[in-house]
Amino acid sequence: MQVWQLLSQRLWRNSAFRFGVLVLGVLLLLAALAPVLGTVDPAAMDSAHINTAAGVRGEFAQLDGTVVMHTFWMGADNFGRDIFSRVLYGTRTSLLVAAFTAAVAIGVGALLGMLAGYFRIVDAVLMRFMDGLMAIPAILLAIALVAALGAQLWTVVVAIAIPEVPRVTRLVRAMVLTLREEPFVEAARALATPTPVILWRHILPNAMAPLIVQGTFVAASAVLTEAILSFLGLGLPADIPTWGNIMAEGRVQFTQYPGNVLFPALFLVPTVLAINLLGDGLRDVLDPKFSRRSA
Amino acid sequence: MSESAQPVLVIDKLHVALPPCSDRPYAVEDISLSIHPGKTLCVVGESGSGKSVMATAVMGLLARELRPGPGSIVLQGESLLVASDSRLRALRGQAMGMVFQEPMTALNPVMSCGDQIDELLRQHTDWGTKRRSEAVLDILRRVKLPEPERMMRSYPHQLSGGQRQRIVIAMAVILQPALLICDEPTTALDVTTQKEILRLIEELQEDRSSGRRQACAVLFITHDMGVVAEIADDVLVMHQGRAVEYGARDAVLQSPQADYTKALLAAVPSMTPPPARPAPQGTPLLRGQDVSKTYSARDWLGRSRFTHALKAASVAVSAGETVGIVGESGSGKSTLARCLIRLIDPTGGQVLWRQNPRGEDDSLLDVASLGEGQLRPLRSQVQVVFQDPNRSLNPRRKVGDSIMEGAINFGATREEATALAASLMDKVRLPAEGLQRYPSQFSGGQRQRIAIARALACRPRVLVADEAVSALDVSVQAQILKLLREIQAELGLGLLFITHDLRVAAQLCDRVIVMHQGEIVEEGATAELYAHPQHDYTRRLLAAAPGALS
Repeated sequence: MQVWQLLSQRLWRNSAFRFGVLVLGVLLLLAALAPVLGTVDPAAMDSAHINTAAGVRGEFAQLDGTVVMHTFWMGADNFGRDIFSRVLYGTRTSLLVAAFTAAVAIGVGALLGMLAGYFRIVDAVLMRFMDGLMAIPAILLAIALVAALGAQLWTVVVAIAIPEVPRVTRLVRAMVLTLREEPFVEAARALATPTPVILWRHILPNAMAPLIVQGTFVAASAVLTEAILSFLGLGLPADIPTWGNIMAEGRVQFTQYPGNVLFPALFLVPTVLAINLLGDGLRDVLDPKFSRRSA
Repeated sequence: MSESAQPVLVIDKLHVALPPCSDRPYAVEDISLSIHPGKTLCVVGESGSGKSVMATAVMGLLARELRPGPGSIVLQGESLLVASDSRLRALRGQAMGMVFQEPMTALNPVMSCGDQIDELLRQHTDWGTKRRSEAVLDILRRVKLPEPERMMRSYPHQLSGGQRQRIVIAMAVILQPALLICDEPTTALDVTTQKEILRLIEELQEDRSSGRRQACAVLFITHDMGVVAEIADDVLVMHQGRAVEYGARDAVLQSPQADYTKALLAAVPSMTPPPARPAPQGTPLLRGQDVSKTYSARDWLGRSRFTHALKAASVAVSAGETVGIVGESGSGKSTLARCLIRLIDPTGGQVLWRQNPRGEDDSLLDVASLGEGQLRPLRSQVQVVFQDPNRSLNPRRKVGDSIMEGAINFGATREEATALAASLMDKVRLPAEGLQRYPSQFSGGQRQRIAIARALACRPRVLVADEAVSALDVSVQAQILKLLREIQAELGLGLLFITHDLRVAAQLCDRVIVMHQGEIVEEGATAELYAHPQHDYTRRLLAAAPGALS
């Protein structure tokens, strides 16, 4: 109990961490409360409002035919869809993709890393495979995977997570290689603790701090990669609003209506920044040796 | 002679404040001392006594959180606490040289040793290249390094620990400082190397070959009373940041006034073994027969290179008996222990454990080549306590969970294990509430007690202690040794005690095995072996052990 209190105190004193948490908190609130923040159905098109300017207030015909008074805070796109609504709902997609990708990459990477670090035979085979995977540019690999699997939320998550796995695996493997020589792990072996239990109880908890930090960086790059995939038309289908999709659709008339690209970007940039700062803050507190070395 | 009347270093009522919410207000409190040229002052104390803080205060290298409070440090008439950073930088090296504990971290691993010494000269003198390199060669000769020309070009990792420490000493004395500060310079070294380094420091102190006006004063920080007996002129005993006793060596060591000093001296184990106990009967609990371990590595041409870490060593431990394995680092004593516990696979020989860990059946089984799965049911009988109390317990698990792990692995229910853990905490003299806490909330000695409790949880018959008291202060060390002796008497354990400290081995062990370069060079009953060492290496080892206190 005390340990956690102390930790949260130290974390909160870190300004990078505080900024990251606040920004992400606001984004989470926006995403969760999107339906009640003056939005309409992000997929609804009203031909009366094609390319409406930002801030205009008018009547909006919804999909079910009802008409509501609506303020186009960020204008409407060339299909007459409300950009504000699309960006807010896009926040949901981006945060979901970020969280799932980080979870998948960390989960798979930690498992493979522990196996590679603890079992010499697995190590030789697995790490050569990981080396091969690392030789392919992440975005190309993601594109190929999405193309092969089809574009859905889970395929996009998997496609973004797989190129991140080798990095996580390497990190975990390196930590396991040092941890397995620690006296407390040897003592556990002498106590006849089964190997899976040693990995789960003794090694993983001690590798957790850098792993959490790495997770935040994976999440940040997942937000970006998802936007890039969507922008290239390879991400989630066009009917799901994502920041990348909105920007891709806005790109064709960027010079006349720059808002279609700039408003989602206004969300994208602080999101990535906040996750990265959160990660930096976590690293400084959880893994002080590393931060001093890199400083 | 008039010069030598002036002390080189005078510290007067020095205070160094600790940050708020520490366990005490001052790291160093009201310390006064003075050192005259050619004299050695040993500052002795246990960890946390503030002795290193005082030394870093003199060097002006205090961590930012520590602020020097009232008091003064005067080096050759110059007050150091008011000196500017640049002045302190100039004084370090020129007026005071420093030698630290760990020579590997004190040296830059990517610079050759010669360049590192040369850098000092470039910083502090306006000499030309030729004169500097001559000076470097000269100092390497004076610290008695073989082949100084080659040493100049070599990198720290190519040298042995003792040679590295000589390089660090060379850097400390090359500018002929008036004061040499040594902070535990021999703690990381083997005893035979320690002896040489201590002698070297004494010689350099008196060395006036290069036109020095007066001999060097030495401020020597150590935790080892044996080292104090060997080199000190004066002794300052510190405890909890305060000076407990200050005086001439013989006065302090032979008729100590303060209770703390008396306790500290009493805790130092003596080199004279106690009277022998009767030899144990029956078949041994654990036996190693010609155990060997060879590491092989391939170079870039694919040729195999072998390192023989352990060559055909045989050991046996019986119930109620303590067998000591002594040797310096790299002697193979830990490798032998790990083969016997089967933490590593021996490449040859037999490791014999009891076939039935619990029962009276005393037939032995060769476990040298058993797989982990087959070993697991047998493992309860041989347990281990490691050296480093900071690393021997999982920092992320509660102490109780660590202790219960072994019992649960061997079939106890959670309730039984909890009750057992509580009784074991009592046995190692710790409160049962501690079970709910994390290792970081305990001191080093307490953690070592927890490690012993953890080892006892699966009712072993043999306990292997791998340097189990080496990282502890002498007073704590004495307590742990006492605890081990009591537990052994109560449970009839066989104890295999690995140590580099001959004094500890003398006190605890019935039989001693001396190892050198992977081989057992001598073994015998402790009293007999200490009194009449047969092998040359044993004799050297015994001679190098830090001075007797009596």
